[in-house]
Amino acid sequence: MNNQENSEMTKTEMLQKIREYDFAIIELAQYLDTHPEDQKALCLHKEYAKKLKDLKDKYQKIYGPLTICYPCNKWRWLEQPWPWERSDF
Amino acid sequence: MWTYDKKLEYPINIKSTNPKLAKVIISQYGGPDGELAASLRYLSQRFGMPDQKSKAILNDIGTEELAHLEMVGSIVHQLTRNASIEELERAGLAPYYTDHGVDVYPVSAAGVPFNANCVACKGDPIANLQEDLAAEQKARATYEKLIDLCGDDGDVVDVLRYLREREIVHFQRFGEALRNVQDKLAEKKFYMNNNNNLFNNNCSN
Repeated sequence: MNNQENSEMTKTEMLQKIREYDFAIIELAQYLDTHPEDQKALCLHKEYAKKLKDLKDKYQKIYGPLTICYPCNKWRWLEQPWPWERSDF
Repeated sequence: MWTYDKKLEYPINIKSTNPKLAKVIISQYGGPDGELAASLRYLSQRFGMPDQKSKAILNDIGTEELAHLEMVGSIVHQLTRNASIEELERAGLAPYYTDHGVDVYPVSAAGVPFNANCVACKGDPIANLQEDLAAEQKARATYEKLIDLCGDDGDVVDVLRYLREREIVHFQRFGEALRNVQDKLAEKKFYMNNNNNLFNNNCSN
């Protein structure tokens, strides 16, 4: 995925991609908990972790914080919708 | 500690109103084999585990179960938020509505409030991990029954299928953790007895 593609994604698409990377990380992390020596899994995890970080940075800059730790000039944290309400925008 | 990520682990967009379905799906929120039970069980068991792998897997699966708890709550919320009083009554939710409105209260499909009796923490790695294996199978079975009850509601079935798949993967991980504990015990030629300190001193990884 290159930057060109990123800028053409809608908010929904971008958040879905974040969910996908996050899920891959969760799955790999649990696998590594019982297979800590698996280098292939570790490499994949590293790859996804980088992709997630980059995409999260891009998403939050445009659409506001995903965690309360994100620095803001305006407290966009409380903006609607909240995740349990809907996942499309 | 936990940080909240402002997203669900898997997207949930339910277009229909179906309080009758919500009434049974809520069992995976507050029922005996649901996500609250799972997260509490694993996050409580992790304190007494002697080895790194078991602590880590209980911590991480317990954390994911909290995300699933949120998802099940979201399904129930989306299925009931636009329901009229008549629809709630017809679905048998008048008693629930009386005490909880349209909040998502931890209760089973039969209306039994969440009870920690369904969570076993035996202070024994083998007993705990066996319990966790059974718990994942029970959760998987419950999701299958809920999928049976869903009928045509594709939006809901899709999410339940995802949650069911995760239980199967968790089962796999707990099996690995159990085998690891059993290997460690065999390795040290350790005889299980009541002396907890003996066990803890002999098992560092």
